[in-house]
Amino acid sequence: MKHDPVLTVAITGMNAVPDNPGAGLAVARCLREAYGQRIRIVGLGYDALDPGLHRREYCDSAHLLSYPGSGTDAFFERLAEIHDIERIDVLLPCLDAELPLLVNLAPRLAALGIRSYLPGPEQLARRAKDRLSDLAREAGVASPETLPITQADFFRDCERKDWPFPLMVKGVFYDARMAANREEAEIAFRAIVAEWGLPVLVQRRITGEECNLAGIGDGTGALLGEVMMKKRATTSRGKAWAGISIHDEELAKTAQRLVAALKWKGPIEIEVMRDNQGVYQLIEINPRFPAWIYLSQGVGRNLPAMLLALALGEAPPALQPPRPGMLFIRYAEETIVPLSSFESLMIEGHSEPESQQP
Amino acid sequence: MDNNQDKQGRALELPKPEHLMRLALSDSGFVFDPVTGNSFSVNGSGLAILRRLQQGTDLPGIVASLSEEFEVDILAAERDVIEFANLLRNTFR
Amino acid sequence: MKQRTPWSKPVLTPHRPGGMNKFGALRPQLHQSELDGVAIPPLLEQYGSPLFIVSEKRLRENARHLRRAFSTRWPKVRHGWSYKTNYLGAICNVLHQEGSWAEVVSELEYRKARALGVPGSRIIFNGPWKPAAALEQALLEGAALHLDHLDELFAVEQIAQRLGRQVPVGLRMNFDTGHTEPWSRFGFNYESGAAMDAARRIGASQWLQLTGLHSHIGTFILDVRAYAQQARIMAEFMEAAERETGCRIEYLDIGGGFASRNSLQGLYLPPDQTVPSFEQYAEAIVTALAEATRGRAALGKPVPALVLETGRALVDDAEVLVTRVVGGKRLPDGRRAAILDAGVNLLFTAYWYNHDVRPLQPVEGLAEETVLYGPLCMNIDTVRASVMLPPLNVGDALLISPAGAYNNTQWMQFIQSRPAVVMVMQDGSIEPIRLAETLQTLTELERVPDALHAPFPNPTPSR
Repeated sequence: MKHDPVLTVAITGMNAVPDNPGAGLAVARCLREAYGQRIRIVGLGYDALDPGLHRREYCDSAHLLSYPGSGTDAFFERLAEIHDIERIDVLLPCLDAELPLLVNLAPRLAALGIRSYLPGPEQLARRAKDRLSDLAREAGVASPETLPITQADFFRDCERKDWPFPLMVKGVFYDARMAANREEAEIAFRAIVAEWGLPVLVQRRITGEECNLAGIGDGTGALLGEVMMKKRATTSRGKAWAGISIHDEELAKTAQRLVAALKWKGPIEIEVMRDNQGVYQLIEINPRFPAWIYLSQGVGRNLPAMLLALALGEAPPALQPPRPGMLFIRYAEETIVPLSSFESLMIEGHSEPESQQP
Repeated sequence: MDNNQDKQGRALELPKPEHLMRLALSDSGFVFDPVTGNSFSVNGSGLAILRRLQQGTDLPGIVASLSEEFEVDILAAERDVIEFANLLRNTFR
Repeated sequence: MKQRTPWSKPVLTPHRPGGMNKFGALRPQLHQSELDGVAIPPLLEQYGSPLFIVSEKRLRENARHLRRAFSTRWPKVRHGWSYKTNYLGAICNVLHQEGSWAEVVSELEYRKARALGVPGSRIIFNGPWKPAAALEQALLEGAALHLDHLDELFAVEQIAQRLGRQVPVGLRMNFDTGHTEPWSRFGFNYESGAAMDAARRIGASQWLQLTGLHSHIGTFILDVRAYAQQARIMAEFMEAAERETGCRIEYLDIGGGFASRNSLQGLYLPPDQTVPSFEQYAEAIVTALAEATRGRAALGKPVPALVLETGRALVDDAEVLVTRVVGGKRLPDGRRAAILDAGVNLLFTAYWYNHDVRPLQPVEGLAEETVLYGPLCMNIDTVRASVMLPPLNVGDALLISPAGAYNNTQWMQFIQSRPAVVMVMQDGSIEPIRLAETLQTLTELERVPDALHAPFPNPTPSR
């Protein structure tokens, strides 16, 4: 189907729903602005209504994947099927739940000619939410204590066990909710189990300023092109809808220590809380770019473009120096989609862009 | 036989044709209901039954023509049509 | 006559939010009609449906794999076959032939092992209730006895005194690994000091000698760090107990709990991404154990033997259940349902696993969400609450796996008799290892009093 010698980049995480977006669409947007029509972008989603799949200016083609939970072989076979049509050169995954699977599949994908830029299984496991405290200790970074639990009974007497409310209740892959009391904690526990399974993590709550850092690990211990952001306004689920670029050498050093300890390879987001003493407490490490990654393009440090260059084995583009004080404000917008596109995604699992004019 | 067919016809409440006429059926197996805005996927045998129902064919007629078009005997077809008609009745009101 | 199209049952699937992806839960449409090269349909003809089929080859491979993973890392390793997981005699003897001892948790299991010809000296005796007669037999026969509570400790002491000899005993302990829910109901608690109290009491007794420590931290444990922590705690306790009571611990028994490649309900990722390999378990356990026992050589003390009681991870994927579709229906909510001749009466593990289900032969048609019900007249009888399957027809056979762990011991005879279990032998021949039950199996132990012999003693005129 593909005729031009342009580069084909497949991107997952097109679930750009307004209150809790995946990073895929933002990554596609960064790449489009850096590479224009020199690349074809294949959007990979999990639902025919994933908004990113319908954005013609960013996705030249859209496909549905099988869920990571349906097993490695099913996932691989579906990807291989898409590869037969699209001849994918580089795959950039953007969702946490895909990573364990894709990290294991990377050699098989490489054999098909699909390149990626990912950490190894051990690196991935060491930053998992239930092992984060060990990593932080090793890297000399502060972090709040975290405990895996498998039963909501824990909250019945957690205060006696020296785990007083308020507590953060988190899923192993995703989701974090604050619980001020037993009732809230049990509700959060059930909701998280229903979506992400066991165990559920309980984390001590730190008060302070939440900051996020996105960057790329080069696999030898160096952190390339960090971009830092402070949320200025959040949705009811705690997701940023406005944020501002910041810069602090202390945070950069914290991130460098973590990336060095992991010898991280690939995109990374480090979430920290700057506590009341000004100490950065490590909250989470995500093995992918964050949904706010378009801010990196906004401050002249287009990290997805850099990632693509690294995946291709090219010298990464030069970056502007950090530029604090640039805001992003997220908004929702309706994309008009003809029934035929929806039909095609539903029936074939694939759609090609059509004219956006209704 | 005729008598039996007559009894068969009365044994089943078919979905109302006016409820099915409004459906847009695509050969791809995509079904769209413009009144409710709901959409569906249907397989080949389901599509064949839907088209016959839209034409107002009765149960014996549907069963007979299905067994001509598909590798299915009359009794197996009847069983599956009874079940499918129930699903359609409850889906399109 | 013109070419007719193959028929498959009509399907209409609503496009619901959150499920608009036909590839989403799609698995490759797998089918499997043979096991170890033996065709299954003729077995169903011969032995009836449902049917359990065991692979001798896989069972032996699993046992060797486990042994290799541990004995290449630790000098002294022993495996006790966990009878409760599956105590069919043929299965136990395959594992005994592979060098495994018997690990039993009741008097019944102890007798079963002895009846199979296992000497008492190769039996590990666990469990919260060991009747006095069983304790005495075990002591006389030299079984490894693991004390669960103080009453048992005193009972054993009295028996030893009566026998007039000092007997070796093991102590079951429980503790919090920080990675698992503590199983504090079994054995003596470590954190509270109860385990050390028991060790001291044993040390003070002229009839008892503490030679082993045992603990079982839980079941289907996916985090190898839990075992590493277990090894550290037990090694630390060993040093403390030896120091305080002068005993010499010969073995640390870390119990079972290794996960099998089954899909636990409530886990997001499938087993191929979550279940550690034997090597990963072994690496975590032996690394922690080596570190915690490093000082022993300098003191001239031998390292303890490492005892494993792995059950599930050895037998689960060595056995499958084959069942037939006996009916189908469309539920009021639109989902498809199939009724099978095997339910939770045979597949007890359906309560906590999403078993792999695949047809024996390819089935035409669009896969759709299907509920699989068993044959019981009870609402709880669900084999799979939701699985993507093509439309099934009456008579289609399904292969359900893994089914080797806990089903042949926890199955129940409620309104259905239990089916045959056959083993595919290494040479490809078939041996029945448990015959199908009959009505006689159900009634042979019953006694009907004379006065109750006739159901209708006074013949009534027919209506």
